[in-house]
Amino acid sequence: MRNLGLFLLLSVWVLAACGSPASAQSSSSGSQHTIEDVGSDTIVNLALAWAEAYQKTNPAVSISVSGGGSGTGLAALINGTTYIANASRKIKPEEMADAQQNGIEPYEIEIARDAIGVIVHPENPVQQLTLQQVSDIYSGKITNWKEIGGEDRPIVLLSRESNSGTHVYFLEEVVRQGRKGDKTLFSQDTLLLPSSEGIIAEVRQNPNAIGYDGLGYITADVKTLAIAPQVDGEYVKPSVETVNNGKYPIARPLFMYTPGEPQGDVKTYLDWILGPDGQQIVGELGFVPLQ
Amino acid sequence: MNTSITERKRTSLTEFAAERLIKASGAVAIIFVFLIFAFLLREGLPAFTEVPLDNLFSTRWYPIEGLYGMLPLLFGSLVVTIGAALIAMPIGLLTAIFIAEIAPRWLREILKPMIEIVAGIPSVVLGFFGVAVLSSVVRQTLNLPTGLTAFTGALILAYMALPTIVSVAEDALDAVPRSYRDAALALGATKWQTIWMVTVKAGKSGILTAMMLGVGRAIGETMAVLMVTGNAARIALDPGALFNPVRTMTATIAAEMGEVAQGSTHFHVLFAIGIVLFVITFLVNLIASFAIFRQSKRSARLLS
Repeated sequence: MRNLGLFLLLSVWVLAACGSPASAQSSSSGSQHTIEDVGSDTIVNLALAWAEAYQKTNPAVSISVSGGGSGTGLAALINGTTYIANASRKIKPEEMADAQQNGIEPYEIEIARDAIGVIVHPENPVQQLTLQQVSDIYSGKITNWKEIGGEDRPIVLLSRESNSGTHVYFLEEVVRQGRKGDKTLFSQDTLLLPSSEGIIAEVRQNPNAIGYDGLGYITADVKTLAIAPQVDGEYVKPSVETVNNGKYPIARPLFMYTPGEPQGDVKTYLDWILGPDGQQIVGELGFVPLQ
Repeated sequence: MNTSITERKRTSLTEFAAERLIKASGAVAIIFVFLIFAFLLREGLPAFTEVPLDNLFSTRWYPIEGLYGMLPLLFGSLVVTIGAALIAMPIGLLTAIFIAEIAPRWLREILKPMIEIVAGIPSVVLGFFGVAVLSSVVRQTLNLPTGLTAFTGALILAYMALPTIVSVAEDALDAVPRSYRDAALALGATKWQTIWMVTVKAGKSGILTAMMLGVGRAIGETMAVLMVTGNAARIALDPGALFNPVRTMTATIAAEMGEVAQGSTHFHVLFAIGIVLFVITFLVNLIASFAIFRQSKRSARLLS
């Protein structure tokens, strides 16, 4: 599914490049500049919307966006094949070392925030969970909805594939609750689905299922649970407000990485993203704008 | 005189060129197979030294934490493939018998092309159908926790294998000489006895080829399986294994290869899975051609 999406994106870009008269000019004239932007599937829709809006006002710059996952983007950055890598997690120390070995100094920019919502079937009577309960569900300690106030049904666990940034974030911050050295893993019964859409589709039609997904992907026909950081804490639903005031516990920053400090066209583009026009698009797509 | 010599020369030149071209194309096909296998070995063999064997043959697959147990993936592929074979083989054979032996001519002319159209449906489309429709039907009718199971995958794979099985088996039955049927009927056999004990027996090797080609398609299929089997890497050794989510080898390679750092241990292990898959398909083909070879020798002896 994801590969299909990637393929479509690429072909759309190739077609657009073929069709637009701007790109027909030779690049040696210096007026045309292509910025590669590769990485996280969480960010890809946002990056596309930015690229589209930016190219309208700056026809001299062409931006080619593709997905593939945070790991793919950072690998491209390390190999020197992209100007911008999108990542829904921080760069790992190993990746940093690999980049430096290739003479590249990754430069980190926070571009938006994303909340991860825990979702269930709309008819599931469960309304709220503590972070500890979500962790116990995903590590396989709680296996029936009746243990947490629901009906007598088995819990079907849904997750993104293990190399998505969202999966890694959820493992570290929810399943392990940020404890370093904790070796808790996802239950072996967890279904690993290849796309965000796959998770939404299964949650929508299966009353046993629980899933998690970036706020921008959650549709109105699934139920988002309120989450409390501790047992006596306040149960909060994810929204722009609760993420920015720090009340919703499962929120994370989204990043772009560039090889070295950005310069020229890339710098202008990133400044525009961080400015009011760029951040307005963040809100429109269901992510949380930077304040 | 003079012209005929140049003409002969020209013919021999085209002859020469054509022969070389055919030879070269044949060689290229074989060379590519060897190159692919060499590449698989080069990228996959390091996995066996980088990862301890007891890790590789453990039951936990979680590569981001360095757990590379391949057994659940092997198990998943076997369950889905065997399930698909059990569904597709009888249906495929019966359909082929119907088309070749029972259906009237006009119906046959309609059915044959229609079955070949089924072969042209892209697997992504079938996978999407599986996610959107089939999985919830399977969950509700069988009362399972989730519809994303090995069984759902097996159903879709069986559907994909059917056109191959039907058209190859139908050709095999068609090739059985008319005189065999006439002889059987003349001896007083019923139509069903003739079909089952004479025609199908005589076309056995072709039918076996049909089955193997169909199963071969099922083992290697990726996209539909990735979308509908749930991809939970877990071994469930109970009779209900077919109705649990599984993770196959092909789906693992497809899902993870795109995001793995080139040259890393994980990368090598994915190629090692490719080697295992290659060896399995090779063995299936070997057994099939061995069986067909024996079969044809025996029938040749009997019928001569």
